[in-house]
Amino acid sequence: MLDRAQGRWRLDERMVEALEIGSGILGTGGGGNPYVGKLRVRQALREGHVMEIVPLESLPDDARVVAMGGIGAPLVSHERIKEGREGLRCVRALEERLGIKVDAIACEEIGGQNSMEPLIAAAMAGLPVVDCDGMGRAFPAMQMTSYAIYGHRSTPSVMCDPHGNVVIFDHAISELWHERMARACVVSQGGASTLASAPMSGEFLKRFAIPHSYSKAIALGNAVLAARRDHRDPVAAICESEDGKVVFRGKITDLKRHLAGGFVRGEAIIRGFESYEGDEASVHIQNEFLIFSRNGAVEVIVPDLIVILDADSGEAISTEMLRYGQRVAVLAIPCHPLLRSPEALEVVGPKGFGFDDLVFKPMSIDGEGGVS
Amino acid sequence: MYRLGIDVGGTNTDAVIMQDRNVLSGVKASTTEDVTSGVLEAMEAAIAKAGVDRAKITNVMIGTTHFTNAVIERRHINPVAAIRLGLPATACLPPMVDWPDDLREAVGGHGYLVRGGYEFDGRELAALDLDEIDRIADDINAKRIGAVAITSVFGPINTKMEEEARARLQKKCPDIPVVLSSEIGRIGLLERESAAIMNASLLKLSARTVDAFANALRSAGLDCPFFITQNDGTLMGADVVKRFPVLTFASGPTNSMRGAAFLTGVRDGIVVDIGGTTTDIGSLQHGFPRQAATVVDIGGVRTNFRMPDVFSIGLGGGSLVRQKRDAVTVGPQSVGYRITKEALVFGGDTLTTTDVAVARGEASVGDASKVADLDPALLDAAREEMTRMLERAIERTRLSPDPIPVIAVGGGSILMPDRIGDLEVIRPENFAVANAVGAAIAQISGEVDRIFSLEKGLTREICLKQAEDEARDKAIKSGADAATIETIEREDVPLAYLPGNATRIHVKVVGEMGGGHA
Repeated sequence: MLDRAQGRWRLDERMVEALEIGSGILGTGGGGNPYVGKLRVRQALREGHVMEIVPLESLPDDARVVAMGGIGAPLVSHERIKEGREGLRCVRALEERLGIKVDAIACEEIGGQNSMEPLIAAAMAGLPVVDCDGMGRAFPAMQMTSYAIYGHRSTPSVMCDPHGNVVIFDHAISELWHERMARACVVSQGGASTLASAPMSGEFLKRFAIPHSYSKAIALGNAVLAARRDHRDPVAAICESEDGKVVFRGKITDLKRHLAGGFVRGEAIIRGFESYEGDEASVHIQNEFLIFSRNGAVEVIVPDLIVILDADSGEAISTEMLRYGQRVAVLAIPCHPLLRSPEALEVVGPKGFGFDDLVFKPMSIDGEGGVS
Repeated sequence: MYRLGIDVGGTNTDAVIMQDRNVLSGVKASTTEDVTSGVLEAMEAAIAKAGVDRAKITNVMIGTTHFTNAVIERRHINPVAAIRLGLPATACLPPMVDWPDDLREAVGGHGYLVRGGYEFDGRELAALDLDEIDRIADDINAKRIGAVAITSVFGPINTKMEEEARARLQKKCPDIPVVLSSEIGRIGLLERESAAIMNASLLKLSARTVDAFANALRSAGLDCPFFITQNDGTLMGADVVKRFPVLTFASGPTNSMRGAAFLTGVRDGIVVDIGGTTTDIGSLQHGFPRQAATVVDIGGVRTNFRMPDVFSIGLGGGSLVRQKRDAVTVGPQSVGYRITKEALVFGGDTLTTTDVAVARGEASVGDASKVADLDPALLDAAREEMTRMLERAIERTRLSPDPIPVIAVGGGSILMPDRIGDLEVIRPENFAVANAVGAAIAQISGEVDRIFSLEKGLTREICLKQAEDEARDKAIKSGADAATIETIEREDVPLAYLPGNATRIHVKVVGEMGGGHA
């Protein structure tokens, strides 16, 4: 039934290059570097696999769509690269467990390397990928998707590792329990696995998915590539493409990182230069950049996007690439309205990350400083 | 007390004698096939020109782009058996998957995937498949592959399996050098593996080259210590370079940029270093080469070294100019050091970029009458292509529309027009030997990289301070001037898989070599 869908398009190698840049920026420091995933997508394209994207709006109400992504530590997946068919095994195991055929694959998280995983699995399974995702950025935990926030129960789900182990999470009493059990399982599987969750209906997705994720990430990447080609400021090009603004420029003078509960937590201290001379900024990290403060006052809060870029080249810098002495620009980009509702902020607002004393205020688009 | 700085490029070997901040003499000679005679000629001429007593030369610093050129030109590269321990993981991306095809072919494209490797927490990913190592050893012998690079998944957290594989391999291949990825790089499988493979492919060349340096100095009667400059502009001993030639990959650009800043006093600008084979373009920020924030590309391959952000193109004074049907191509092949024999103006029969510059009256070297009859249309097309290549590379490096100066250095800078687009070109005195000046002012580093246990009241701050003090002491002991020391790397990475709140701390400091008083 998806065959009649209008507006579907095929991904080519040039789009994959742009997607790598766009999803790297939307990773807000986390989500993992999409480079290895890009190589895998390219390899699959060169082997003759076809990758098709279908618009969210064209989805029939009764379509069965499975969202998937990598789970675990991004650093692990740059070192212990995947075997290659983890995603495909997830889809097949889920179909077998439920006795259904899946119609399309969706993306959990467009930010970072999880933008690539659905493409590979879908191509191998001969399925299209829906132009949407559950975050519009990157987040550190599975229950932080708009899918889960607006009522999708992600079990039964399947987790696969490079060894060939297949784990089915038959039922979790809550999304948080699913996340906890999956997190424990992924550690035993070596820290980077692939997870596919229970199918969603086309009707549900059209209401609660973040739309146009692939086309927007590719457009964002193309904007950066065009700016570089024309010697315009890539940082400005990103702001234009995403309605964002530069909130700080400076040099990293200290970096604290520690592991807590399986996540990298930490803080980067940035000493301002140019028009920010004399100011000191800090960015709190929990896998992604979460809170931006200037001279001790909080200005941008998760789920709004905080992006750190190389001050000159505009290249996105992830939390693990941060280094003492780097010259950076800090950008803030407003998140999708689906993430700003009260029920969404319970999960992906400051409280969801343990900042109990902070209340989310949407970043200001115009003036300096967003939070009073 | 004097310092001798030598730069061995693909085309020219330059030498300078410096005393404190003064360049007493700078000379260029041609790089020779044996390296030694070119080095000898340059340094003897520099010593003679400066009129100094060679017994008072206290330090010799050598910079070389020899190994980088080899990779860029795909020459002197030896086939390597690239063995990865990691199956069943990593199967979807074999070794060298993101390399340019011609470089992969130059190293033979011998990739082997073997069961083995570690998980992030130190568990075995799979037991090492020793039988497979034996079969690979047979294959290496049958194909007469001369070097091996072994890369284990999570090798940097446990080197044992890479070492085991090497020991097993050497039972059947006793004389073949083996590079372990854990000796070269950090976490990031493809980048570390690529660096290890490139290193292995250059081992023969590095042994030959370092011996040639040593011979040259010995036969000139210089018995003071000699150092080779590495990527970050600091110095390392000759024995280290023999084993790890990749650590010199960016030393050429670092030296020329630091030399250009030193010679012009310009602190913000673009440095274009045109040699005989390649042109390196980088930017100076506050007098230092801008460091690449992300991965660095060498000859089309990603590495994870920390290096200056330099863009290289295959254009130099010795680049071949060829007419193919309607199009004129320039480089990347170059006659290199053979320019003085093979270029038309020197009586040879190969058309090079230098011939084009001479024929158009933009430079005067060699015998201009030898290029008087060249087709003007060909010359115009070649000039246009050269300018287009330079312009494009400078624009790529340029970070803002501000009119910053372009500093042209290197022997091939005769190819550079006086203006490029809207930017003014500066040519400093001694421009031709900026690299050798950069080598002579190379810095001394001190480094601490070890695991600290954050227990018994020791905090991260205390340990970082302790590591920094140790690194400073090391640098001062090696001859650094304490007043000039600054910290260039300061990293602490918590190690989740070890007890005792273990943190790996890496601190690197650099300082100027103590004037001429060392």
